Amino acid sequence: MALSTLEQQALAELDLVRQKPFRLVDHLGLVRWVSVFGAILLWEVFGRDVNPLFLSYPSAIARAAVQLVGAGQFTQQALNSLQVYFIGLAGALVVGIVLGLLMGRYRLAEYILDPFVYALDATPRVALIPILLLWFGLGAPAKIAVVFLSGVFPVLMNTFSGVRTVSSGLVEVGRAYGAGEGKIFTKIIMPASLPFIMAGVRLAVGRALIGIITAEMFAAVTGLGALLVRYSSALATDKFFVPVIFLALLGVILTRAVEYLEKRFAPWKETERAL
Amino acid sequence: MLEVRELSKVFFEDNDPRKPGLVALHNVSFSVRQNEFVCLLGPSGCGKTTLIRIIAGLIRADRGEILVENKRVVAPGRDRCMVFQQFGLLPWRTVLANVEFGLEIEGVPREERQAVARQYLELVGLNGFEKYYPHQISGGMQQRVGIARALSKKPDILLMDEPFGAVDAQTREQLQEELLKIWTKTKNTVIFVTHSIDESIYLSDRVIIMQARPGRIKEDVKIELPRPRWEGDVRADPRFAALRTHIRESLRC
Amino acid sequence: MAAHDEQIIADLGLRRESARSLYDYPNVIRALSVLCFLIAWEIYGRRVDPLLLTYPTAVVQAAFALITSGELRRQMADSLTTLALGFGASVILGVGLGLVMGRSRIASAALEPHINALYATPQVALTPLLMMWFGLGFTVKAVVIFLFAFFPILINTASGVRNVSASTIEVGRAYLASRTQILFKVVFPAAVPFIMAGIRVAIGRAIVGMVVAELFTAITGLGAMLTLYGNLFETAKMFVVVIVLGVLGVVLVRATQALERRMARWKETERAS
Repeated sequence: MALSTLEQQALAELDLVRQKPFRLVDHLGLVRWVSVFGAILLWEVFGRDVNPLFLSYPSAIARAAVQLVGAGQFTQQALNSLQVYFIGLAGALVVGIVLGLLMGRYRLAEYILDPFVYALDATPRVALIPILLLWFGLGAPAKIAVVFLSGVFPVLMNTFSGVRTVSSGLVEVGRAYGAGEGKIFTKIIMPASLPFIMAGVRLAVGRALIGIITAEMFAAVTGLGALLVRYSSALATDKFFVPVIFLALLGVILTRAVEYLEKRFAPWKETERAL
Repeated sequence: MLEVRELSKVFFEDNDPRKPGLVALHNVSFSVRQNEFVCLLGPSGCGKTTLIRIIAGLIRADRGEILVENKRVVAPGRDRCMVFQQFGLLPWRTVLANVEFGLEIEGVPREERQAVARQYLELVGLNGFEKYYPHQISGGMQQRVGIARALSKKPDILLMDEPFGAVDAQTREQLQEELLKIWTKTKNTVIFVTHSIDESIYLSDRVIIMQARPGRIKEDVKIELPRPRWEGDVRADPRFAALRTHIRESLRC
Repeated sequence: MAAHDEQIIADLGLRRESARSLYDYPNVIRALSVLCFLIAWEIYGRRVDPLLLTYPTAVVQAAFALITSGELRRQMADSLTTLALGFGASVILGVGLGLVMGRSRIASAALEPHINALYATPQVALTPLLMMWFGLGFTVKAVVIFLFAFFPILINTASGVRNVSASTIEVGRAYLASRTQILFKVVFPAAVPFIMAGIRVAIGRAIVGMVVAELFTAITGLGAMLTLYGNLFETAKMFVVVIVLGVLGVVLVRATQALERRMARWKETERAS
């Protein structure tokens, strides 16, 4: 905001000059970069001294990454994992949203399904992995089932509570304007619960990633999880870090993508909270 | 125009549906003429919101009936439209899309309903705000959107449930004045719920005073102040003061 | 409910139509639903190869066997000890470091990149490396549980501390409280609801960590029982363990929720006023 002439006069009279000593708080970006590079440097220096079987160091990991990606094997396993991941996740989204909407809107559906939903949601899904591998074998179907089960509950629970928290006021607005059940569903309930559904999807993306890695590690046949087990039992620590870093990046990218979609499709969220 | 006959409504306890919890309305009867502006005034719990919701067709009465043009009201209909207390805007729709909502439900084609919506936004003085989301505009503006949306359906009866209860005092007076100006153009019949004595006197032709436990009509007061009321200071008129004193007394005992 | 009102209702002859609807008894629907499922499972399960699918009565028998032999109790005690230790450590370190990061912007800038990187990494992926470092025993399990539970607590504590409004802190300064007094008498209590929310998320993740670590080390604990009976194709016993883990999860999460409500009780009154 521009200063008025009176303010400018006052400033001239007071003759204030803002003192600005060096303070670390004003250079937080610098602190951040020093911290990151310092850590990498320390890792590099000490990592070289430690037995390479136990701890690798950044340059060795970089070399291993180039080598693995060049050989094509890493890419192949990553694609394998991703394919299974997206099939399972897509199933989880469809089933989670549909069941969540039904359970939120119709009490009969809620009462029939909620004992199973709560029971399965409370059980750590990783504990089901051995059983699922027993039933579906060590291949893709078992892994898809694991991804599905890991992702479906966050979506379902969030959709359900989304439909439930649609304020009855908004449903009443629809009725006052003569909307029937179908119109109320498509024009009020679905858009109103979209922010909740998206929050569920954000959770599901992360949970499903954990699910698939655990399943692949346990089955130890294909995919990135299998690579982790293979490299660690071969004591190839530098190679081991390559899928780890890839998975971390993947997790970040996927979460960011969902957050972007959330902003794009639910820009009204502010009032949602206020209502 | 509108006739309310011997209306009674009882609310039952949620956890024990056989146990009555509250007699919200007991034998309420009154009628409203064409183009009349009627206020329902009373303390909280006197059943005024229940009454307007029954008139809107959102809930059913247990006894008695409501006739609009001699036809019984059982569900929401084209002839009546409601302006809500908390505005009832759909937060995921822009201002324009909110005003379109009523016509969209009726299946009016897009171009036509947008044109109508723009026209009503202009009427409430909101042209230029079509693309905003409800959370980006003030409470007073949000309720103007709510009014535009209701008017866009061209209802015979406009039902308003404490529409200005959620805005600050200055905005409230401004909205009251604008409502009267709009009303002189659209000439709907208006039923307006409020708990503010001044608001009811300023706006209406008749104030129906209600009483709680059980909800019933206490008194029907004619407001014979000259219109238009936004010219000069009606609130300083001695007749206004006399009405205020009278209604306050009536509410007290 | 005044007698007056009852008089009116009697006069009007009002009674709620269809006083009893099916929806007034949701638990009946739930029970029927579960019962139908169990019967269908029993019938279908008995027809299928017992190596692959078991059936409810077999699960009950297996549960009985595991309880009487004392195996379940022993393994559960083992799991819970590890859980308590790993989780306890993550609460202490998470809250401590969270307070530091919330109060000091420099500490937060220095640590945040590392924390975010570690948090983004699916912690399961690190399990094989941790097994290489810490062996297959008690230590590695506690470390895995710690890693799973640590980050939600840390991040919630830090953001809770940052969320304490400047005006609240000014109250402390106006009453001449020292920096430590402000930390422990103003900032910490104000951040407690956030911390408890973090702990609630963390307990669920800690259980997952425990199961994962035990699945892979496969020596002791409930997770190890899963691996063991999986290899032996004893499906009924696996189901017993899964059910125990489910109950354990519910009990622990409910307990933290109850604790959360107790410790953040003022939060309600704040909202109401």
